[in-house]
Amino acid sequence: MTRKAFWLSATSAFLTLFTLGAHAQDRVVNVYNWSDYIDSSIIDEFTKETGIKVTYDTFDSNELLETKLLAGGSGYDVVVPTANFLARQIQAGVFQKLDKSKLPNISNMWDIIAERTVKYDPGNEYSINYMWGTVGLGYNTKKVQEALGTDTIDSWDVFFNPEKLAKLKDCGVYVLDSPSDILPNAFKYLGIDPETTSLDDFAKAEELMLKIRPYIRKFHSSEYINGLANGDICLAVGWSGDVFQARDRATEANQGVEISYSVPKEGAEMWFDQMAIPADAPHVAEAHEFLNYMMKPEVIAKSSNYVFYANGNKASQQFIDKEILEDPAIYPDEATLAKLFTIAPYDSKTQRVVTRTWTKIVTGQ
Amino acid sequence: MSNAAVTAATTSSAADAGKSALARLGEAFVGRLVIIIPYLWLVFFFLIPFVIVFKISLSQTAIAIPPYTPVLGFGDGLSGLLDQLKQLSIDNYTWLTQDALYVNAYVTSVIVAAISTVLTLLVGYPIAYGMARAPATLRPTLLMLVILPFWTSFLIRVYAWIGILKPEGLLNQLLLASGVINQPLIILNTYTAIFIGIVYSYLPFMVLPLYSALEKMDYSLIEAAKDLGCPPTSAFWKITFPLSLPGVIAGCLLVFIPAVGEFVIPDLLGGSQTLMIGKTLWNEFFANRDWPVSSAVAVILLLLLIVPIMLFQRAQARAQEQDK
Repeated sequence: MTRKAFWLSATSAFLTLFTLGAHAQDRVVNVYNWSDYIDSSIIDEFTKETGIKVTYDTFDSNELLETKLLAGGSGYDVVVPTANFLARQIQAGVFQKLDKSKLPNISNMWDIIAERTVKYDPGNEYSINYMWGTVGLGYNTKKVQEALGTDTIDSWDVFFNPEKLAKLKDCGVYVLDSPSDILPNAFKYLGIDPETTSLDDFAKAEELMLKIRPYIRKFHSSEYINGLANGDICLAVGWSGDVFQARDRATEANQGVEISYSVPKEGAEMWFDQMAIPADAPHVAEAHEFLNYMMKPEVIAKSSNYVFYANGNKASQQFIDKEILEDPAIYPDEATLAKLFTIAPYDSKTQRVVTRTWTKIVTGQ
Repeated sequence: MSNAAVTAATTSSAADAGKSALARLGEAFVGRLVIIIPYLWLVFFFLIPFVIVFKISLSQTAIAIPPYTPVLGFGDGLSGLLDQLKQLSIDNYTWLTQDALYVNAYVTSVIVAAISTVLTLLVGYPIAYGMARAPATLRPTLLMLVILPFWTSFLIRVYAWIGILKPEGLLNQLLLASGVINQPLIILNTYTAIFIGIVYSYLPFMVLPLYSALEKMDYSLIEAAKDLGCPPTSAFWKITFPLSLPGVIAGCLLVFIPAVGEFVIPDLLGGSQTLMIGKTLWNEFFANRDWPVSSAVAVILLLLLIVPIMLFQRAQARAQEQDK
C-alpha cells in the first residue's frame, strides 16, 4: 500500500467511525445467549425486517452470565439464563417485568411449558421460554453393548447402581459438574422427593454418590460432548441437547461411533432456558421487539431445527422437522412428560450445603 | 592572589555550586518521577483492587446487585458511611477455619506448585545452560524459540495436551505402536498431567531468568577451576550454580507464585479429585455466589504468597549488606 493510499483509507476509516457516532439513533439490541444456540440467519432476517442491528454475544456457563448480571451495568438487552438461575436473579432485582402489550406473539406459547416455568418466574412476568430439555443419559451404544450386553439404557439404575457402573468404568463415565442437575435425579432414584432440602436426604444422596464415585472418570459440564463424539467415553450424565450435538459430531466424523440419549423411565429433571430483559437494559423497546420476533412460530422452529432442542412455542410445532418432533428424546410423549420434574431454586443456606456435599463427592474431601 | 581575585573566585564557585544544586534538584526530580511511575502502577492496579477485595471479604452476602452488603458510599453522609463500616466483620475468615476443606485446598495447591517448580527447574536449567553456552550468533534464535509458544493462546496449548495425553491420544498410540507398553497409560485427569501442564506452560518463565544469569557468568572461572584440577561436577556446584542462584530464585518465584493459584491447567488436565485453591475460589464465587467468602479466600492466598516473598527479600538485603 502506498503512503497516500494508507492515509486515504485511514481517513475513510475515521470518517466511518465518525458517521457511526452520528447515527447513534440507529436502533440496536444487545443479545447475550449460549454459544452455538441459534441459527444465525434468524438474526440477519430480524435486522432485515425491523432495521434493528443485533449485537450477538455468547457465554458458556450460567455462572458467568450471573456474575456479569450481578455486577450490574452489563449493557445487555436480552439474556438467556436457565430457569433456576433466573429465579434467584429475579429476587436480586436483575430483571424488569415484560410489557406484554408489546408481545402479541405470546399467544403462541405452549401452556405445558409455561405452567412449569411459573415455579421459577411466578406468572411468567419476567421471562419467555427459549428452549427446554432434560438431564439424562448419553451413551455409546457399541461400547455399552460390549460392557452390559444390551444397547439400550432406559433406567437410572445403570448409573446409580455400583455393580452396573463398575462395568462401564474402563470405557469411561463423565458426569455434569453441577449438583443441581445430579442430586435431584439421585433423590428420584432413591425414592425421595427430588425437591427435598433436608440434611438427612443430602447425606443419603452423598452416600449413594460416593459408592459410584470410583467408577466416574470426571465431573465436567462440557468436555463430555467431545468425549462421547470421539469415543473416549461410553456414558455421560448430561443435558439432552449436548448429547445430540455429540451424536451429530460422531455421525459427521464417520468413525463408527454411535451415540444415543435416554430419558430414564424413573423420570428426569427438566431445565428451561428463559429469555429476559435486564432492569438496566439500554434498549428496552428493541428488546421487546426481539422477544416478540423470537416467538414467531416459523422463527423459533428454525432455531429448534438447528439446535435439536424442544422449544416452548406450541404454534411452532407445525414447522419443526419430523425427525425432531417425533424423537421422544427431544419431544417426550405424554407419559414421559408426566414423569419429568422440576426443582425450585435453593436458598443460599441450602445452596451452601449442596455445594459442600458436591465437593465431598467430587474430591472426596 | 589579590583580594579581588579571591572574591571573584569565590563568587564564581558559589555560582557554580548554585547551578549544580539546581541541576541536582532537577535530576532528583526526574529520578523521583521515574520511581513514582511504578508506585502509581502498584497503587492503581494492586493496592486499590486489593482494598476493594479486602472490603468485600468483610461484608455479608445479599441477594442484590452487587451481591453483598454493605455497599459503602456517601449516600447518607459521613455518619451513614460510619454506620456502614460498623457492619463489616471478620466472620468470613473464621468460617474458613471451621471447614478443613479450605486448609486442605491451600496445602494441596502449595504442594502441587512446589513440585511443579522443582520439575520446571530440572527441565529448565539444562536448556538455559545450553543456550548460554551456545555460539553468540545462535543465541538470539534460541531465545526467540523459547518465547515462540506465547504466540499461541495459552488455553489452546493446554487443550492440545488433552489430545496428547488421553488414553487414545498421540503419546499412548506411539508407545503402543513401539511396543513399550501394551495397555494405554492413564495420564490425563491425574496429578501427573497437571505437573506436565504446569512445567510446559511455565518453562519460559524459568528459562529466561536462568539464561540471563548464566549468560553473564565469566567462564574463565570454570577454566581456572579445571586448571587447578577441579572435576567438572564440583566445578558446576562450586562455581556455576552459586553464580546462577539469583536466576534460579527469580525463575522459581515466577513459576511458583502463579502455579499456586492456577485454575485452567488443573481444570482441563487434572481429575475431578484435585482440590486446588483456584477451584475452591471458583466454587465460592460462582456456585455459592458468595463473593465475601471468595474474597476472603483470595486475601488469604495473597498473604500466603506475599509473606514468603517479603521474608526472602529481607534475607537477600541482609546478605547484600554482609557482602559489603
